[in-house]
Amino acid sequence: MNSILQYIPLNYYVALAAIIFAIGVMGVLFRRNAIIIFMCIELMLNAVNMLLTAFSTFHGDESGQVMVFFIMAVAAAEVAVGLAILVMIYNNIRTVDVDELNKLQG
Amino acid sequence: MNPSLPFFVLASLSVFSALMVVLSRKPVHSVLYLIFCFFTIGGHYLLLNAQFLFAVHIIVYAGAIMVLFLFTLMFINMNKELEPHKTNLIKVAATVAAGCLLIVMVGVTKGAESLAANSTRTDVGTVANLGKALYGQYLLPFELISILLLAAMVGAVLLGKKSVE
Repeated sequence: MNSILQYIPLNYYVALAAIIFAIGVMGVLFRRNAIIIFMCIELMLNAVNMLLTAFSTFHGDESGQVMVFFIMAVAAAEVAVGLAILVMIYNNIRTVDVDELNKLQG
Repeated sequence: MNPSLPFFVLASLSVFSALMVVLSRKPVHSVLYLIFCFFTIGGHYLLLNAQFLFAVHIIVYAGAIMVLFLFTLMFINMNKELEPHKTNLIKVAATVAAGCLLIVMVGVTKGAESLAANSTRTDVGTVANLGKALYGQYLLPFELISILLLAAMVGAVLLGKKSVE
């Protein structure tokens, strides 16, 4: 079985990952709902994961895919703790709008 | 059939669903588009011969993280649109900033010559090979990850339960 990289230059994967990453950045700047901001962070992590996998297949080296595995584990931990914090914030002040979370500003 | 066709179909679907995550008005629609985006990225893993990562990606993202997101959304009950949107100035500024970032990231690869795969190995992503790497060279980080997951689990339970007076 041949890899798709026989037919697709690596630059296309770099461009695709950059596009998805930029969409994630746009979403973080764009939305006020903290849950959607979390989703956009997941989108950025996935773009990076895909690029690491593409480079790993390209070089025939499994280290990149091991790193993707670790990134997935860290992302799962991050989402669990982040969503628990969001639920706690919602229980306390009844909103998850990031513009309302300004109690810490001086 | 053009052998590069699956890449372009999957890539356009990923970009479309990623855009819809950001642009759709209801949070539940965003989650559903995000699930779809994760499946298309899983398709990219299959195209890249990374079967193990494909399985882990589907289990972790479509199985665990999406359930967490959906559960939190249903718990907070934000299906109705109560999110006040940012002003148009901020929206334009966010889009321009993300576009500039995209231009920079794509621009740095512009001078590089187009590369075809320089490795003929197709068994890099199999469970056997990744297992050897995980339990050999990367044994210590693999064990540390388990401590991280345990700490995250304890932290999430502690944050989630009602504080005892």
